[in-house]
Amino acid sequence: MKADPDDLYDQLLAGDRRAAARLISMVENGDDGARQVLPRLHRHSGNAHIIGLTGSPGGGKSTLACGLAQRYREQGKTVGIICVDPTSPFTGGALLGDRVRMQELSGDPEVFIRSMGSRGALGGLSVATNDVINILDAFGKDYIIVETVGAGQVEIEVVKYAHTCIVVTMPGAGDEIQAIKAGILEIADIFVVNKADREGSMRTQADLEMMVDTKPAGPEGAWRPPVIATVALEGEGIAELADGIENHRQFLVDSGLLTRKIVQRMKAELLGILSLRVSQAAGDALKDGGEAYGLVERMVSRDLDPHSAADELARILDLDELA
Amino acid sequence: MGRKVRVFLCKPGLDGHDRGVLIVGQALRDAGMEVIYSGLKQTPENLVEAAIQEDVDVLGLSMLSGAHMALIPRITGMLDERGAVDMMVLAGGVIPPQDAEVLVRDHGVARVFGPGTDTRDIVAFIEERRGTIEG
Repeated sequence: MKADPDDLYDQLLAGDRRAAARLISMVENGDDGARQVLPRLHRHSGNAHIIGLTGSPGGGKSTLACGLAQRYREQGKTVGIICVDPTSPFTGGALLGDRVRMQELSGDPEVFIRSMGSRGALGGLSVATNDVINILDAFGKDYIIVETVGAGQVEIEVVKYAHTCIVVTMPGAGDEIQAIKAGILEIADIFVVNKADREGSMRTQADLEMMVDTKPAGPEGAWRPPVIATVALEGEGIAELADGIENHRQFLVDSGLLTRKIVQRMKAELLGILSLRVSQAAGDALKDGGEAYGLVERMVSRDLDPHSAADELARILDLDELA
Repeated sequence: MGRKVRVFLCKPGLDGHDRGVLIVGQALRDAGMEVIYSGLKQTPENLVEAAIQEDVDVLGLSMLSGAHMALIPRITGMLDERGAVDMMVLAGGVIPPQDAEVLVRDHGVARVFGPGTDTRDIVAFIEERRGTIEG
């Protein structure tokens, strides 16, 4: 059953959850209909506070997201949650189990939870996830929580441009800190040590605090990421985490950084969409029998080097045709 | 990113056994589907809301409690009310043949898969039926 884009647009703005859900499916499936609705939703979005939640599997991200959402609901705010789980590169299938950890929220029509498989297409995930964020934003959600496993560039890319990015870790994972150092330290606005009732929690917290403070100091008045201990399953520390997010939001507003974050996010979105289109078009052109396949043959016979081939390919791919 | 079959596997009512439904979940995942699992002890209302939000193609209801004649018609009735008429509803678990017949005939269930079902049959059934929906 094909949904009419005009109807979807009207129904979505009228608060129809089924319409929002269908539009999200169209985005995930790369359905052309989505391209007719998304541009019109853009001016209705931009009101939600976007929270990125990342960290290793089993760290309690879903439980934390559930606790935060419950807290926001108590304050009368509405929430969208997007849970991204890996798609198997071998079978293309995925088991999306985040809802199991969010049972307290189920049945609340003001909390919209959507599970997404990463589906593995190059660059496709961040584009699709941003589209879904924008849909839930236009749908009127006050807070949008995006949850991804903190492994892989694409997953990190997805949460990197959130307004507030939370990195979740847990005690006893000595190597965990190493992993954080290796790449996601820079993107964290807040660190959470979840399962803080476990042995070694104080040590993990101290390690993180030290790491934050040994980072080259930013300009005067820069944000210092707090380290917050939680036991998400018991609801402990959730209030502090919600306060931490609120403090960060306020900091963004007061310092004027919010505008800069929005600019970065818009740029990243635009670049993501354009690079996806270019890489798809380039992939097509380079297929066996594609219009640029000859470049590859000339590279194989050493008549053409990769950089010069890229120059020629860029000329073959007419950017106007990608619009 | 390409079309995928989305399946929501559920445990409605007071039933604490999910070995079976998880095995089915793995089989469907390995067949390239996106499988969402509800967790245990869900109310029909919550399941229907989640199925709508997740916009799934298939709703799989696993029932080993004996409450299938009470809960399944409530679920399919609510799906109808919400306009989700194109969602395929499958049931599985301990459901006697005479009940299965009624569920399929009167309550919008596409098929009931009992104990001992080969998971490949479930995959084949979904793929075949979906072919007719899409076409």
